[in-house]
Amino acid sequence: MFQAFLIKYGEIGIKGKNRYLFEDALVAQIRHALKGVEGTFQVTKEQGRIYVEAEGSFDYEEAVESMGRVFGIVGICPVVILEDEGFERLAEEVVTYLKEHYGDCKKTFKVHAKRAKKTYPKESMEINAELGGRILEQFPEMKVDVHHPELMLYVEIRERIYLYSEIIPGLGGMPVGTNGKSMLLLSGGIDSPVAGYMVAKRGVKIDAVYFHAPPYTSERAKQKVVDLAAKVARYAGPVYLYVVNFTDIQLYIYEKCPHDELTIIMRRYMMRIAERIAQKTGCLGLITGESIGQVASQTVQSLAATNEVCTMPVFRPLIAFDKEDIVTISKKIDTYETSIQPFEDCCTIFVAKHPVTKPNINVIKRSETKLEEKIDAMVDEAIETAELIVVG
Amino acid sequence: MDNSATTKCFKDVAELMCRVMEAEYGNPSSMHRKGVEAEAYIRDAKKIISKNLKVSEKELYFTSGGTESDNLALIGCAYANQRAGKHLITTSIEHPAVLNTMKHLEEQGFRVTYLPVDSYGVVNLSELEAAICEDTILVSVMYLNNEIGSVQPIEEIGALLKNREKPILFHVDAVQAYGKYRIYPKKLKIDLMSVSGHKIHGPKGVGLLYVGEKVKIRPILFGGGQQKDLRSGTENVPGIAGLGEAVREIYLNFEEKIERMYALKEEFIQGILALEGTKVNGHQGRDAAPHIVSVSFAGVRSEVLLHALEDKGIYVSSGSACASNHPAVSSTLKAIGVKRELLESTLRFSFSEFTTEEELTACLEALKELLPVLRKFTRH
Repeated sequence: MFQAFLIKYGEIGIKGKNRYLFEDALVAQIRHALKGVEGTFQVTKEQGRIYVEAEGSFDYEEAVESMGRVFGIVGICPVVILEDEGFERLAEEVVTYLKEHYGDCKKTFKVHAKRAKKTYPKESMEINAELGGRILEQFPEMKVDVHHPELMLYVEIRERIYLYSEIIPGLGGMPVGTNGKSMLLLSGGIDSPVAGYMVAKRGVKIDAVYFHAPPYTSERAKQKVVDLAAKVARYAGPVYLYVVNFTDIQLYIYEKCPHDELTIIMRRYMMRIAERIAQKTGCLGLITGESIGQVASQTVQSLAATNEVCTMPVFRPLIAFDKEDIVTISKKIDTYETSIQPFEDCCTIFVAKHPVTKPNINVIKRSETKLEEKIDAMVDEAIETAELIVVG
Repeated sequence: MDNSATTKCFKDVAELMCRVMEAEYGNPSSMHRKGVEAEAYIRDAKKIISKNLKVSEKELYFTSGGTESDNLALIGCAYANQRAGKHLITTSIEHPAVLNTMKHLEEQGFRVTYLPVDSYGVVNLSELEAAICEDTILVSVMYLNNEIGSVQPIEEIGALLKNREKPILFHVDAVQAYGKYRIYPKKLKIDLMSVSGHKIHGPKGVGLLYVGEKVKIRPILFGGGQQKDLRSGTENVPGIAGLGEAVREIYLNFEEKIERMYALKEEFIQGILALEGTKVNGHQGRDAAPHIVSVSFAGVRSEVLLHALEDKGIYVSSGSACASNHPAVSSTLKAIGVKRELLESTLRFSFSEFTTEEELTACLEALKELLPVLRKFTRH
């Protein structure tokens, strides 16, 4: 059984002085991911490598699965760590390793040694050849294939010696925390959690805002959003979820503005409120799950009208995705089942039969002037009374 | 105001159950003293319930609740009697525990007739008689409907089924009725009757099936052969003890309590009808249950009204609680011919012996305040 993992991570964009930031964030994320896993783990950074070592017994499957959700990891290698007690001893350990992990030993193989410790008495090529010879001696049914081996045995000689032969692919991306923070507009649908996941994958820490409209939307609808935030948090680390009570604003718009513009105006206020909260919490951008043409409020004209109220950049990672592709990702990150629970969200409760699909910004702005009397105070109050739920 | 969904446990029930779990936690099948102690609780519960139903202790079987009781009655009897015929009859307004079990039996090759009901939610005897054929082995009719509180002519149905050359088995789902009516299966000619613990201020996860001594029935769970091989599995001793205690307590000063509930209900209905755009579904007087009032509110979505009331600490159901997680429209309301535009505008208020006049007044006040506001904002 393996007691340790070597973590491989991408090199692109982490050259130079930023490297340690990247590595520190990755170590922090791995520690966080392993918190809930049965076992005690040491995560250490040495010589441009990250190692995870378990003390005593631990849940192997769960540990691999949890690290598999950490952005920035390219591969997880279950590794055997040996003290350097001479080459003879190393050769014995290699044989034991193969017996233990590849019982039948009928594979084609290649030894891939890397001597990082230059004081080691043998060079990489010598190590390859001598260990290869020893393996052929011990396991007559194994054959060398230097081009397409079934089994690639990595031997890394550092202060200690590392043996591994399996690389479990990771998600890639960048460790969360290396690219600032953004505010995700989380609705309870299929798209927004996927959008949050995708932006988090680029290293962005996620805050989230949800617009709650009691009694038109239920406690269960809110719980569903909390559940979704928790699913996103499995990848993105803890998520600060702000629940804004939106009922009064919605009803006020309903009373004052043309009904077919309700959704657009409502979304403009959602963006305004999200941006204000984002500024308060140190976010640098907004994230939405919008996708061109998906619904009336996501035509290019509608997006332009919604976008117009923000000065912060709005990240829309799904903008050119088809619904099916979004669904595929939501299934992969396990948000789909939660998203399709049938609770009404605040976008649908008052939706007009024929909402405008090509809103004219000037017309919308004129309609919004009808709200002047109370709307600023209502927005202020909505922001002040927002409930903060820390998820994950 | 949602006591048909579930009820608060009687204090004595909860205390008794704690004692059983903490101190006298034996397995009733064990040979030693601990087992005998546990068995004594079951025997006590059986004594209370058999006396209350005027049946023999041997005719009582404990289950995990109303749903299992209905499943056991229908599936167990259908299979045990299939040589006599493969036709079953029920009504279109049964609880899903009956309706979906019937659907399952249809898939297994049984034929099922679903009787319609009138606009008050009551089945018609002549229609039942017309549906009976040579092949009919079992009729299942609920005592009282969980959504609108309509009461079925159980005694007449019982007489109809037994005054035949070849008597037909009669199952009654009494989950909503037990604790609100004195029910004597033998007098009503009921062969099988389902009861649930948590509707009568008892615990959740425990129920009862009365099975008349001569009824042919097969188990649906297999295992250690407890409860005379009909219901394997170690008995839920604390649950059963709690159920017995709940039965004892709910039938104390019974007539007085029911009288009070009817008086409250009448007052509540008057208050409801005084509000604009309301309609009470089903019979309003003593022909219906003392504790259920179904109201349609024109121009208001029931889900929104439900959450608005919740905000004021008043809990009610849209449709029945058991069906609310499926947003499909209530089949009972459809069956009694509630207009389409009102189907999604109907709430159920249900009382218990603990419901007070003050609570009803507060509820009416809340409705008076909320309805005009909610009617102002609707989907266009």
